[in-house]
Amino acid sequence: MGDMPVMIITGTRKGIGEHLAHHYLGKGFVVVGCSRGGSSIDNEYYKHFSLDVSNEKEVSNMLSYVRNNYSRLDVLINNAGIASMNHSLLTPIHTAERILSTNVIGSFLLMRESVKLMLPHKYGRIINFTTFAVPFKLEGEAVYAASKAAVESLTEVLSREYARYGITVNAVAPPAIKTDLIKGVPRQKMESLLNRQSIHRYGTVEDVSNVIDFYIQPESDMVTGQIVYLGGV
Amino acid sequence: MNSEITAIILEALNDIESDIPLIEDQIDETPLYGAQGILDSLDLVNLIVAIESMINDKLNFVITLADEKAMSQKRSPFQSVGSLAQYIDDIMQEHTNG
Repeated sequence: MGDMPVMIITGTRKGIGEHLAHHYLGKGFVVVGCSRGGSSIDNEYYKHFSLDVSNEKEVSNMLSYVRNNYSRLDVLINNAGIASMNHSLLTPIHTAERILSTNVIGSFLLMRESVKLMLPHKYGRIINFTTFAVPFKLEGEAVYAASKAAVESLTEVLSREYARYGITVNAVAPPAIKTDLIKGVPRQKMESLLNRQSIHRYGTVEDVSNVIDFYIQPESDMVTGQIVYLGGV
Repeated sequence: MNSEITAIILEALNDIESDIPLIEDQIDETPLYGAQGILDSLDLVNLIVAIESMINDKLNFVITLADEKAMSQKRSPFQSVGSLAQYIDDIMQEHTNG
């Protein structure tokens, strides 16, 4: 296990995160995953933590486990995120706080703590998740879009802060995919969304792992601070 | 405990190749960061990462040095080797007692 590259993926219980965990376990990574609940993945190279990504102590403990057991961290994929699709006048403040806390503070915290492990090796790859709701300025997703706009800012600023350490920071916006995140969105709205994308069809989780494969390959060491919107905006 | 922490700070300084001149009898007074300090902000980042990692490895304790308390204190704990050792000791004591 000593020579295997190590990756942290947040939000691995279902959807894109679960796919990514299986995808990179298949490519020879040790995957450390986390979600609020238990694990759905059974693999000897997979270790699961049940935690809240915005809880500093819980995140530090997970990183401490990685340090003590593997002494390295090659890739961080900040996939965990929550959305609430609602008019701003119908959005309780607690919901707004929860979205910002998970999406912004969670991503920031994971990056800050992960870089401490990457820095001594002068190598690291960080992938954040954003959404086409940012460039499309989607009505009904004000707080979600604002939280992801913040993630895009973090991606761009931290790509500069970490460049000297050989660490790249990039982001990917998945296309419309049939996951839990959009199950409450009316069909008509989804169709009008698909029509705004350059490519008018649903994407797949493989489209997302394809972009991440590109970001994390060693040859991509000049690629940083970039955001790919799948489907085209 | 304090001398153990001081030893970790010195080892971390050595690791980040800071070239800080240490005075044998007055190691605690060695300035680190701030008005009299020799480290720049990037050195400080490297030093913090190195110290946190060593405390985890050697003392089996998970610590975050750049916390609210450290950043809001009038007298920064990163001013000197002695103030930093004391600060780390305080955090560890607080954790043990609390």
